[in-house]
Order: sequence, then C-alpha cells, then structure tokens
Amino acid sequence: MTVTLPRILDPFVSLGRFALLLARAFRSVAELGRYSKNIFEQMVRIGIESIPIVALAALFSGAVTTVQTAHQLVSPFIPVSIIGAVVVPSVILELGAVVTGFLLAGRVGARIAAELGTMRVTEQIDALEAMGLNSVGYLIVPRVVAGVIMFPVLYIVACVVAIAGGIFVGHYTGEVPAGEFIAGAREFFRPFDAVFGLIKSLVFGFVITAISCYKGYYTRGGAEGVGRATTEAAVTSCVYILLADLILASTLL
Amino acid sequence: MIQLRDIYKSFGGTPVIKGATLDVKEGETLAVIGRSGSGKSVLMKHMIGLLKPDSGYVLVDGVDINKLAYHELQKLRRNFGVLFQGGALFDSMNSFDNVAFPLRSFSKKSEADIKRDVLECLDMVELPDVGPKFPPELSGGMQKRVALARAIAMRPRYIMYDEPTSGLDPETSNVIDQMIKSLAVRLNVTSVVVTHDMHSVLTTADRVAFINEGRIWWVGSIPDLHECADDTLINFVRANEYQIGAGGASGNRPHQSVVPRQTN
Ligand SMILES: Nc1ncnc2c1ncn2[C@@H]1O[C@H](COP(=O)(O)OP(=O)(O)OP(=O)(O)O)[C@@H](O)[C@H]1O
Ligand SMILES: [Mg+2]
Repeated sequence: MTVTLPRILDPFVSLGRFALLLARAFRSVAELGRYSKNIFEQMVRIGIESIPIVALAALFSGAVTTVQTAHQLVSPFIPVSIIGAVVVPSVILELGAVVTGFLLAGRVGARIAAELGTMRVTEQIDALEAMGLNSVGYLIVPRVVAGVIMFPVLYIVACVVAIAGGIFVGHYTGEVPAGEFIAGAREFFRPFDAVFGLIKSLVFGFVITAISCYKGYYTRGGAEGVGRATTEAAVTSCVYILLADLILASTLL
Repeated sequence: MIQLRDIYKSFGGTPVIKGATLDVKEGETLAVIGRSGSGKSVLMKHMIGLLKPDSGYVLVDGVDINKLAYHELQKLRRNFGVLFQGGALFDSMNSFDNVAFPLRSFSKKSEADIKRDVLECLDMVELPDVGPKFPPELSGGMQKRVALARAIAMRPRYIMYDEPTSGLDPETSNVIDQMIKSLAVRLNVTSVVVTHDMHSVLTTADRVAFINEGRIWWVGSIPDLHECADDTLINFVRANEYQIGAGGASGNRPHQSVVPRQTN
C-alpha cells in the first residue's frame, strides 16, 4: 500500500486492522492444543492473580451501595428488607461486572499491552514468526481465551464478596439485619439477572483482552511507544466496556 | 537461493526501499552494507516474509514466499535462523530455554537430546555456563551470542545476521566473525550479514551488496570491492576505515591479524 490515506480515515484503518487480527486469532484457535500451556499460565496471571484486588473493590462497592441505599430508602413505611432487594440485583446486573471490568482494564489490559508492546519493539514477536511460530496463536489466543474464561469467574467472586460486604455492613451498622437483607434479596431475585451478568463479564473479558492484545501487538516506537500502547489499552478498554454495557442492556433486557 | 526482485517498500508514505534486486547464492555469505537507516534491516525482513513488499517479489528456492499460505510460509521459515539486531531473546525465559525454544516447538526430540543440543549450541558461542541466566542479566554481547545459539539450534540452511558485531568489543567481534565463517563452512549454510562494520565484511563475506538511497547501489565480490571506483561506496568504506584508524567504536580490531582462522 503506497497510498497514504487521509488521517480522518484512521479510525476505520484501525478497525480494519483490529478485525484482521481477530480473524487471524480465530483461525489460530485450531492450534489451541499446542498452546494449552500458555492458556493455563494466562488463566493464572489474568484470573487467579486478580482475585484479591477484585475482591477488595467488590467488598467496598457492596458495602457502600448498601449504606447509600439504606440512606435513600429507609422510612417507617418501607420494610428494611427492600435494601437487600435493591442492592443484590444492582450488584448482579451492573456493579459486579462493571467494577470488575474497569479494574481489570487497568490491571490486565495495561499488563497485556506492556508485555506484547515490549515484545514487539524488541523484535521478540518477529523472532517468534521467524522461527515459524504463529505469534498470534502463541501470544494473543491464550490471553483472550483466558480472559473469556476467567472474567466470569472473577465476576462471580465479585458478586459474592460484594453481597457479603453489603450484608455485613448493613447488619453491623444496624440499618438492616442480615436475615431481612437476605429475605428481600430472595424475594426479588431473578435468575436471568445472573445469566445476564455472566454474559456481560464474558463480553468484557473479550473486549479488554482483545483490545489490549491489539494495542500491544501493533506497538511502534520504542519505550515511548510501549507507554502509549499501555495507556491506550486501559483507556480504550474502559470506553468499550461502557459501550458494550449499553449495547448488551438494550438488546438483552 | 534467495532472490529479491524489484522490491519497493514504504512506511506511512515514506519510501525506504525503491526498487531493490538482489540474489543471495546458495552457500555464499553475502554482506549487506549501508548507512544507518538505509533500510538494511527492512530488506532482510523481506527475505523471510516478516515484511511484505509493496511491489516486487521475493523468491526462496524459486518459490514466491508472499504467495504462500501462512502455514507453508511457517514451514519455509524453519529453514532460517535469524539473529536480530538487538538479540530479541525472550525475556520471560532463561538462556537455556531460549535456545531450547525452537527445538521444543518443532523437533520431536526427547528432553535429554534437547539438553545436549542446547549445551552444544551454547558451547559453539563460547558461553557454556549462561543457561540459567535470564536475558536482562547478560551483557549486550552475551545476549547476541545466546541469540546466535538460538538461531542455529535448528540447524538452518539460511542464517541472517542483523548487525552481529555492533556494540561489541573488538575481541568479541572477532569471535563472532569467526563463528559466522565457521558456521558457513561447517553447517554449509547460506548467510546474509547485515552490517556497517567493514572489518566484519572483509572477514566473513564472499560478496557485498551496498544499499544506498533505497536501491542496491553496488554488488560485487571482495576483490571487486577493492577495485571499485564508485565514489559513494568508496566514501562509505573510507568513513569506516577512518573509524578503524581512529580507533572508532565498531572498527578498531587490533587483534584482527593475529587471530588464527579456524580451519575445520
Ligand atoms: N516497521 C516500521 N514502520 C515504520 N518505519 C519503519 C519500520 N521499519 C523500518 N522503518 C523505517 O525504515 C527505515 C530503514 O530502517 P532500517 O531499520 O531498515 O535501517 P537500517 O539500515 O537497518 O539501519 P541501522 O543500521 O540503524 O539498523 C528507517 O527510516 C526506519 O524508520
Ligand atoms: Mg538495522
């Protein structure tokens, strides 16, 4: 391609390159068996190692949501169990997935982009290819697969911890006894909410890992380029999480 | 045999290669020389399909590599060993695993055989003990030698060296040059040495290609080079000799003449 396209077309060029990279990744899924060791390693690094920070964020967001809901709703005419009925669905539907998503856009997304970006600018990706290895199959597929598998797991952890945090704080601040909270939550629980939350987290897992792999894989320009790719991966992932959230909510609900 | 035919390549509208035609003959060592930024690395990457030309074609053993399906290209690439400019060792693995990596990926050898091969390769680059060290713990020159060990692990038919001696002290440079020479003989490989180190060129190469202004400006054998009357090339070589005379970074090789040539 010797023609230079006007800059205004840049977003479309990026989108095209992103789509091509994904297509290559999908074609490489056939070789998944070869790279199973990498998938396992990435599941540990993306998933297991993220559990503490996800749990911490979930604990606080569950607790804060409970306190604030209590503050907004409590009056002599409303049963306190309503707090559980409000907090639990909002954790399951929105908070669990979105808090996890934002957190991991930073933790996982930035790390992936920095790793792949460094490999790109130090010619390690070229070295893989030159050996006759499929760098997309070796580097990108395991990360995306691990993200898609582990994000729902992290989502479940987040929900459990957030709800536990809500019950705990509600109980010990005297706003709502644990029994009432759970009773309220049970009464209004819809299994579809949980399915929806799982779908969301799976999509977020894909969005974050795919975008970050793309940013890292196409890094240019030395250490500075790696820095840029890292920031862009985190920011772009966050934006697309919001977009995906909206699209999913409006199509599935 | 590698044949480049009328290669054009630009990046973001800036032409880098503007019509390059070049043959690398079976069994020879071809040095590609040129100033920094003249497109030597870019040209080398075309030879293994890491970059695709905007126009023109690349034939390896008569096959247009850019027309191959990806899995066929991968198979073809296994005939190549590439020493990248910065070494490009995987920094998530220690030196041993770096050298073992291609063997584990492609050979069906047992771990014991792989271990023997890796140690043999590390011996060849005179670094028998660095196996457990990770790339960041090695000096630049050691990284390059481990990378060379990795490049030859699969016994390639073609070896590409991108600036094998840049940034190395004269003695290590001599070691590397001798290694390039002896590999060419012992493994009967076809080699491409990208460099701007004239010492390296004179020691290792059978023929020389000079890149200038995006073209293959001059090609010829070492004796031809001594006879050459092209001003641009003479200036390039002189600038290098001046460096050698002045004890410049890459040129000064006081031991060059006393280092015995390996004869095996
Ligand atoms: N992937 C790329 N994207 C954009 N520009 C590139 C890319 N690779 C190389 N270039 C540009 O092409 C030109 C030639 O680069 P190349 O690395 O081939 O030079 P070189 O002759 O190897 O120089 P040196 O001796 O310093 O290694 C440079 O101007 C470089 O900026
Ligand atoms: Mg170069």
